[in-house]
Amino acid sequence: MTWIFENWERFWEVTEVHLRLSVVPVLIGFVLSIPLGWLASRSQTARAILFPLANILFTIPSIALIVITPVLIGVKILDEINVVVPLVIYTVALMVRTVADALSAVPGHVTAAANAMGFRPWRRFLTVDFPLALPVTIAGLRVATVSNISMVSVGALVGLGGYGQLFTEGYQTDHTEKVLAGLIGTVVLAALADGLLLLIGRVLTPWARAGR
Amino acid sequence: MGGWLFDPAHWSGSTGIPVRLLEHLGYTLLTLLIAALIAIPLGAFVGHTGKGGFLVVGLSNVLRALPTTAVLILVVLWAGLGDFPVYVALVLLAIPPIMAGTYAGIRAVDPVTVDAARGVGMRESGVLLQVEIPNALPLIFGGFRGAALQVVATATIAAYTGAGGLGRFVFDGLALQDFGQMLAGAVLVALLAVLVDLGFAGLQRLTVSPGLRPVGTGGKR
Repeated sequence: MTWIFENWERFWEVTEVHLRLSVVPVLIGFVLSIPLGWLASRSQTARAILFPLANILFTIPSIALIVITPVLIGVKILDEINVVVPLVIYTVALMVRTVADALSAVPGHVTAAANAMGFRPWRRFLTVDFPLALPVTIAGLRVATVSNISMVSVGALVGLGGYGQLFTEGYQTDHTEKVLAGLIGTVVLAALADGLLLLIGRVLTPWARAGR
Repeated sequence: MGGWLFDPAHWSGSTGIPVRLLEHLGYTLLTLLIAALIAIPLGAFVGHTGKGGFLVVGLSNVLRALPTTAVLILVVLWAGLGDFPVYVALVLLAIPPIMAGTYAGIRAVDPVTVDAARGVGMRESGVLLQVEIPNALPLIFGGFRGAALQVVATATIAAYTGAGGLGRFVFDGLALQDFGQMLAGAVLVALLAVLVDLGFAGLQRLTVSPGLRPVGTGGKR
């Protein structure tokens, strides 16, 4: 722990990078997974294509995806985008199924009632289907966020920033405290992000607690 | 691009693809065995007694956030190079999904069924071993297969500290700027993950009672 306080500026610097590299992919991946998940909840064909694809993408090890990405999209190996792209892929792979399951679980009589009341498809999705799917969706988002925060460190194995830098530097200089500092940072960041999403979920879905 | 993978020279010798594949499979299977021996009894106990559920959920979340790279490096710094740090890091990775699956599976068993088992005079151990666990098997397998996928993918990191497995191709390729070798390593890991999952899917079909299969997907034979 003393390492963190003695090197506060450095610690804060890697924290910022780590936060950016994990939050940006979650946001992009989440936004992408909503239309894809909606598609999978509506069409059997889309489901038959998207779900197995998501499973396969999920099995590609993050370190492999991080080293392949620069070659595929033509950027330098030390570009931050090489962590962002793989993490977007993992987030989408995880969230497509979650969003699809959540939307499929919206009770039929509720959507029928909304239709009968004259809701147009877009408005029904935004004000009925999606809000009702939120509790399951946010549960999935929490898993995606925590695993992203944990996975960003892998980027350091090829020289990218974040807490992972403390791991590789600590390994090369036999400096246990430095590795521990990065580990503590990762776990605390993950716990904070998880708690924040839990809170957001509670605020956004007050009906989920009604009647308890 | 596939040239490296299909070069016969890379398919033999002590650093060839078959040896690395078997090393990778070895890490995966032994890790899963150890993790299952720890996580299934814990998850089953908590699920059966209903005590400490929050502990299981909390512990799972903390372990999930633990970066495997850091655990691997820390154990290497403490205990030295070798396979031991690899197993510590991978077992910690595999425990949360298996424990969560077991706990959720046991909790999800119909209380009427459990009541009936007690009613016909089964002991608590019988209720757990002959009723709850067999009924929870689909969810236990769910957690276990999720863990298996993660372990196959993450065992790649082992090569960072000089251990074996398919990660050798990724890290050696990286050091040599040999893209074909890195790609071959990545593809082999993904293939192995699919094969391992298929294997456990088969095991699941063999061990889960036909009465528990989802209706309409092979319930009747």
